[in-house]
Amino acid sequence: MNARPEFAAVPVVALVGNPNCGKTALFNLLTGSRQKVANYAGVTVERKEGSLSMPAGRQLRIVDLPGAYSLDPLTPDEQVTADVLLGRRAGETQPDFIVCVADATNLRQNLRLVFSLKRLGRPMVVALNMSDVARRKGIVIDSAKLALELGVPVVATVGVKPRGVDALIELLDRVAVPAAAAPCSQTAGWQKPSVAEIERDQSEVRRILAAVGADRIEGATFSDCIDAVVLHPLIGPAILAVVLFLVFQAVFAWAQLPMEAIKLAVAGFGNWLNASLPASLLKDLLINGVLAGVGSVLIFLPQIAILFFFILLLEESGYLPRAAFLLDRVMGSVGLSGRAFIPLLSSFACAIPGIMATRTIQSARDRLATIMIAPLMTCSARLPVYALIIGAFIPHRAVWGGLQLQGLVLFALYVAGVAAAMAVAFVLKRIGHGSRFQTLLLELPAYHWPNMRNLAIGLWQRVEIFLTRVGTIILALMVILWALSTYPAPPAGAAGPAIQYSIAGYLGRALAVLFAPIGFNWQISIALVPGLAAREVAVGALGTVYALSATGSDLSGALAPLIASSWSVPTALSLLAWYVFAPQCLSTLATVRRETNSWRYPLMMAGYLFAMAYAGSWLTYRVASAFTS
Amino acid sequence: MDCACTEQPPAAAAVGDIALADLAPGTPARVVAVVAAGSATPPRLAQRLAELGFLPGESVRVVARGFLAREPVAVRVGTGTFALRRFEAACVRVCPEPLPAA
Repeated sequence: MNARPEFAAVPVVALVGNPNCGKTALFNLLTGSRQKVANYAGVTVERKEGSLSMPAGRQLRIVDLPGAYSLDPLTPDEQVTADVLLGRRAGETQPDFIVCVADATNLRQNLRLVFSLKRLGRPMVVALNMSDVARRKGIVIDSAKLALELGVPVVATVGVKPRGVDALIELLDRVAVPAAAAPCSQTAGWQKPSVAEIERDQSEVRRILAAVGADRIEGATFSDCIDAVVLHPLIGPAILAVVLFLVFQAVFAWAQLPMEAIKLAVAGFGNWLNASLPASLLKDLLINGVLAGVGSVLIFLPQIAILFFFILLLEESGYLPRAAFLLDRVMGSVGLSGRAFIPLLSSFACAIPGIMATRTIQSARDRLATIMIAPLMTCSARLPVYALIIGAFIPHRAVWGGLQLQGLVLFALYVAGVAAAMAVAFVLKRIGHGSRFQTLLLELPAYHWPNMRNLAIGLWQRVEIFLTRVGTIILALMVILWALSTYPAPPAGAAGPAIQYSIAGYLGRALAVLFAPIGFNWQISIALVPGLAAREVAVGALGTVYALSATGSDLSGALAPLIASSWSVPTALSLLAWYVFAPQCLSTLATVRRETNSWRYPLMMAGYLFAMAYAGSWLTYRVASAFTS
Repeated sequence: MDCACTEQPPAAAAVGDIALADLAPGTPARVVAVVAAGSATPPRLAQRLAELGFLPGESVRVVARGFLAREPVAVRVGTGTFALRRFEAACVRVCPEPLPAA
């Protein structure tokens, strides 16, 4: 009776379930490392697919559909799930078979989705997940009886135990047959359920739970006890502050060493190339284009890995939604979700991991707003520029009882960034939607010990996305910038630095006309062109423009007196104001392109940041000029 | 308590019911109905609350409240827990119970 595998198409099995039902852990267990993570076409919803080899050698395609509370979608995630199940999503195969993953400890909520899915009329089974946790809580569910009541096969699974899905695989082997054998598309006449139907479903759920003896509701759960402390009005925020402090301490401090190591390795490799290759354009491209490009991307990897380790840890354990709960009111006042807090704090290290961290924000609109303001958090790449200008122009003296003026200016620059971010978020909130009320409706799942295997898989997926997707775009941009700063070569006997004669040089001088009203001279304008690669590159580029041969910290030392004598104070302040917005980081824009899956948002971001930077610098330059003249 | 809270819900909101937003933390209660509270309520809100399990007859209890403006509210409904903003919790009519079900 078995379909001949060599002739049959590979059946597609969809995992469907409520958010927090342990679906992804089950998916990881079924597919192991044979996973492909991408986005659904046209949306920011993550698409996960993997393959499962049956003991008999047959293959199944497993698709992990986004978590959904109902097939009547409210979020982009749910829209994808409903569309795929109903066969309405272009480019996606309608699944041949549905595995509805239900949290055995929360069947009262999860079984309603089983009813909705049954109405699709597709072949399906129910996986009673977290059945070990349920058993420990004294909830013993008779699978056979439940299967009889539901009218579909039921199998107990444990998503966090190595052999926890064996029974499911065995069942799938028997029942998940190729599409040809299962009649398709009875879903055409599917109707959205009304509230009355949901209420009827719930009565049925209650009846079934009573029949299988799983209708007991615990008075106070273990999670309730933790929540009594963690969500406490006074203790809760204190715990949150400690947690956030530890996370960011780790992102800044622990990442230092590997970042230095990467920097040294890249520099060492560059030196080796320099010594072993004959002088040529190719060598210049390799060292100053490719290697510099790869190095500038790799340097962010330790921060990204450490940050995501903690985010996944907090997410897996169930603490992250609690943090969002505690911060909801504060962040909500400027129209952001509580979950925006961690991505925004990460952006103080670098906007790239920050923007990648917005994946934990469920609402697409909130996520977009957070992405848009992330580059306004003062990233560490701006510090070399701030340090150079502050060191050269702000006098080193104490004001107001011991406070250093230089430190105060630096602090003011950070505050300016945060204030600008809040203003932008507020405007986005106003234009984003008509209603004054934004929904929260955030599930606070039961606490769990994080599963290290799931954590490792999640972390690897983030690292892979960063290295492959972002890496390729950023690398390409670096090579283009190298070409712009190299070609054409200076004429024989040219006096000025080579960059002056390149396309970047001409661009810079054209830009100088544009930037004259905000006080930038042509040297600054040229330095801003290679500065597109990464913000701190502008310091090195200024060194090139002023034809200094020093590098690293020596360069800052040599550059400071030079610019102090050749720039006016309003020009320096104007450049500081420009860097509060620093719209020219292409790596950030490339990440936004990757994360939003569209060119629209990076272009919008570049546009608004340039406008704000120009306005801010113009204002600073005019006010400062009025005071100094 | 003399309001009509039963496993099978009454057709209309009972006389003694209050908004979930006004329920004191820790007090056990049962959902009576989900209603759109005011014209500013997002259109799909009542349905979504039902989809999350805020259905007549389900047990509810406020687990925690935010420290600013007593918002958001963490609510245990049935066997799940959700954080709601006040305007969301205002849509759920509940009836307090004298004692937790033993």
